[in-house]
Amino acid sequence: MISLILQGATRLLVALILLFSVYMLMRGHNLPGGGFIAGLIASAAFVLYALAWSLREAREALRVSPVKLAAIGALISLASAVPGMLKGFPPFTGLWLFIGGGAGDKGIPISTVLLFDVGIYLAVLGAVLALFFTIEED
Amino acid sequence: MGWLLALPFLLPIATGLLAMAARRRPRQARAISLAGCIGLFVVVVIIFVRVLDQGTIAAQMGNWPAPFGISLVVDRLSAIMLLLAGLVGLAVAIFAQADVDLRREVLGFQGFYQLLLAGVCGSFVTGDLFNLYVWFEVMLIASFALLILGGERAQLDGGIKYVALNLVSTLFMLMAIGMVYGLTGTLNMAALHVAFAEVDQPAALHMLAVLLIVAFGIKAALFPLYFWLPASYHVPPVAVTAVFAGLLTKVGVYALIRTFTLIFPADFRFAHDLLLIAALLTMLSGVIGAASQFEFRKILAFHIISQIGFLVLGLALFSPLALAGSIFYMVHNIVAKTNLLLISGTARRMAGSFKLAEIGGLYRASPVLAAVFFIAAFSLAGFPPLSGFWAKLMLVSASLEQAAYWVAAVALITGALTLFSMSKIWSEAFWKPHPQDGVRALASLSATERVQRMLPAILLVAISLGLGLFPQPLIHFCEVAAKELLDPAAYVATVLPARDG
Repeated sequence: MISLILQGATRLLVALILLFSVYMLMRGHNLPGGGFIAGLIASAAFVLYALAWSLREAREALRVSPVKLAAIGALISLASAVPGMLKGFPPFTGLWLFIGGGAGDKGIPISTVLLFDVGIYLAVLGAVLALFFTIEED
Repeated sequence: MGWLLALPFLLPIATGLLAMAARRRPRQARAISLAGCIGLFVVVVIIFVRVLDQGTIAAQMGNWPAPFGISLVVDRLSAIMLLLAGLVGLAVAIFAQADVDLRREVLGFQGFYQLLLAGVCGSFVTGDLFNLYVWFEVMLIASFALLILGGERAQLDGGIKYVALNLVSTLFMLMAIGMVYGLTGTLNMAALHVAFAEVDQPAALHMLAVLLIVAFGIKAALFPLYFWLPASYHVPPVAVTAVFAGLLTKVGVYALIRTFTLIFPADFRFAHDLLLIAALLTMLSGVIGAASQFEFRKILAFHIISQIGFLVLGLALFSPLALAGSIFYMVHNIVAKTNLLLISGTARRMAGSFKLAEIGGLYRASPVLAAVFFIAAFSLAGFPPLSGFWAKLMLVSASLEQAAYWVAAVALITGALTLFSMSKIWSEAFWKPHPQDGVRALASLSATERVQRMLPAILLVAISLGLGLFPQPLIHFCEVAAKELLDPAAYVATVLPARDG
């Protein structure tokens, strides 16, 4: 079913949902949120896009195959353990790098925990979309 | 140290991802998977040697001190289970190169196989109840994928039954975990040992014990919760059945042993009495089920159930000798059972079927295969001087020690019936001539395939024989491991930081 209203609204909503998913990813360190839930939200955006337009266009919008995305995500999560290994800490120890810090200001914290969460985000997004696309195609 | 204990699951996950990425180039994916299995075996041997040397070792993930973070703990029981997982993983990976068809490899067989190994090893190293649940889920996903990979009708039928019943199990486990957390405020197993000793609510303890016995009992295929196993184990390729038989149900037994030695207080007799009844009925019903089957692989599948009974029996009797017997039985059973399934796969390749009525003449076609089967099968039945004999001897003398004569009687009857089933396979598949004279000789297979099929079988049977002829070092190891299980003070002290005052 083609609905002009849904298609028009989707253009706006998809961007908003994706933005919101990134927000959820970033706030997840100290507040409810994180890679898993953000990945689910992002996949909801692509599912909405596929329903409003078509499966083919949703695949094109994603650009990479969802299975590949999931594998890359999992590898990124594993890679987040490497800095800890190099410094001789137990696996998955959180390490921070502060960018642009000054007096009284620690700067922007970038951590291996964030890298891990980004990996989870991609893995969940890829896995959910792989399932959804496969089921929709049948 | 932390890295060493995390490698048993990190390595298979990384290997699995790489194999998954290369699945359209099966030759490459196989090489990756095999290399990963060899690596895993080396890692578990290193861990085993380290535990022999230092006793229980522990590591805290993410550098969070216990009980806040996830602890990885390896004591003697975990170490020997890891060693067996590495051994079976390697043996079946070699066999799978000959047994699993190209189509399944392209669908990602090697990736899921590695994921399964990660789940199994993760369950053995974790010292956290919720983390154990996560590894159970990993195993469930991987094993479901391996069961249905290929999409044959029978596979889907078996796969659905398998996954439905196992989801019930994980649901019970999750409920139990929620209650444990509500009751004690922690899920770290060492901290639970301390906390459970102070819990003064018998009703809650009884309910938790039942929930956990049901959850792990379904996984382990205990009576009366085993019906998913005969419904599903005969549908996938033999390599998959072999790794399931060797490792999956044993993780359930491992979880039962861990729960009712470490977490629950030792004087909590209720759980042991319940497990004793379940163990005896499992032994009998499994072996009787096997006697009524006329298919090579289905007979072996029912015997898995019967032997789960023996493994749980040692836990239920709960004496040092009985627990040591359980661990010895575990080692013996994993080696012998995996091997028998591998042999059944080669037998089908040569004779064309699993149905005993349709095959025969294997002794003449390959005396080597017949000899390997003979040793593995009679070891399973508990013939002296093979490894199964010592395992049964320990369990039977443990039950006589407690004057539980009827327990000993059931164990001996089960042994006799096992012998009956094994002789049935021997006379039907190996001794009698092939009905259509259609058996092909082992020598007619290509040299590579012969090595891939026979090397793991001969390796495993050599271990079975070695354990049978020189059981003393392993018996001693099992006795020390049982002592550790019965007195978890050292385990707790290794995991939890020393408390002030």
